[in-house]
Amino acid sequence: MKNLIDIMQLSTDELQELIDRAMDIIANPAKYAEACHGKKLATLFFEPSTRTRLSFEAAMYELGGNVIGFSEANSSSAAKGESVADTVRTVGCYADIIAMRHPKEGAPLVATRTAGVPVVNAGDGGHNHPTQTLADLLTIYREKGGFENLTFGLCGDLKFGRTVHSLISAMSRYKGVKFVLISPEELRVPRYIITDLLEPKHIPYAEVTSLEAAMPDLDILYMTRVQRERFFNEADYMRLKDTYILTPDKLRAAKKDLAILHPLPRVNEISVAVDDDPRACYFKQVLNGKYMRMALILKLLEVNV
Amino acid sequence: MIIGQIKDGIVLDHITAGRGMDIYRILGLDKLDCTVAMIKNADSVKKGKKDIIKIGQVIDLDFTVLGYIDPGITVNIIQDGKLAKREHLSLPERVTDIIHCKNPRCITSTEQELRHEFRLVDREKKLYRCIYCESPAPKVVD
Repeated sequence: MKNLIDIMQLSTDELQELIDRAMDIIANPAKYAEACHGKKLATLFFEPSTRTRLSFEAAMYELGGNVIGFSEANSSSAAKGESVADTVRTVGCYADIIAMRHPKEGAPLVATRTAGVPVVNAGDGGHNHPTQTLADLLTIYREKGGFENLTFGLCGDLKFGRTVHSLISAMSRYKGVKFVLISPEELRVPRYIITDLLEPKHIPYAEVTSLEAAMPDLDILYMTRVQRERFFNEADYMRLKDTYILTPDKLRAAKKDLAILHPLPRVNEISVAVDDDPRACYFKQVLNGKYMRMALILKLLEVNV
Repeated sequence: MIIGQIKDGIVLDHITAGRGMDIYRILGLDKLDCTVAMIKNADSVKKGKKDIIKIGQVIDLDFTVLGYIDPGITVNIIQDGKLAKREHLSLPERVTDIIHCKNPRCITSTEQELRHEFRLVDREKKLYRCIYCESPAPKVVD
């Protein structure tokens, strides 16, 4: 594996290898403190992000490496009209690995052609966000001990939510998985997720609108934000943004060992009153994301520890 | 109706009935100086009706384009009045710059130098997706 653009590039064995590595990093952080000494990560963020960029940077620093980059397109040559291919070709001369976020779908794939160093997709528009899925998977693994025989509730913006598409793709490879897709009619998962992924594999799924009705069956509840930046029409965003708000009341019907995940940032979709519930895992997810990015950097740089 | 045999040229056979004119246009056959015959709704044992195009000259044909537009076409190359080569077309695995991605969020919408590439993801459904954003390909010919 030279790049990570789509989570489906990773086999389940490779995913497990990354999870095992992340678990070892958690258990033995000192062992990895100088693993990437002398290496540089370039974070090329053409679109604002706090969590993902800082997570990549923290991951590289904890491996003993260094970080260069930019955090918005205006502070790069993209503002002067430079192509993605030229930007990464330049950066590839300075850095050993690139993490790239871009508002246009497919931009990181374009980057792989000229970078000359490994490229990690840190989110391309509403398309893919594989390292968020790595964070999700490590969280599920640590909370549930594995990935089989789980009922997944995915709630909110399932249409534009790139993390949702990647997570469904990744989880669809495990036995006994069921999906409950909870969203307003307008924000249902794209049809191809159903026709190309779930139906051919005969994976049970239901598309519903009521979070309350679905709650008792769920082992995992993956909440998502309705993203203002994905709407061309502000009125549509305002109408749909508060469709689902998870509160302690709604959790009364949930399983005792439910795991609540959210890719963050949240706006209103999870009440802060839920944060103290032991089933709330979304801040653990943030930490897990850093460990998985450390594991990924080590793998892509072919660093043996 | 009698249309004479050609000595050197190409016969595009088994074109889906009604699609002949689209192929004539897409291949730019109107720009050729040689004889070109377009036969519509000819009888076909296999398909009931079919279109046929006869071109009185051997020209370079993009089989990828033809296979994408109408994968059932048979291409017969005629030399000295005899069949020199026959190609049965099928859907190509990839098509480049034949169709354009319509997704405004796709990187191809802003980077003008990028080639528009689609890969075949479902042969049965004849479904192609953009390699960048995975949007389904728009139909060239409906």
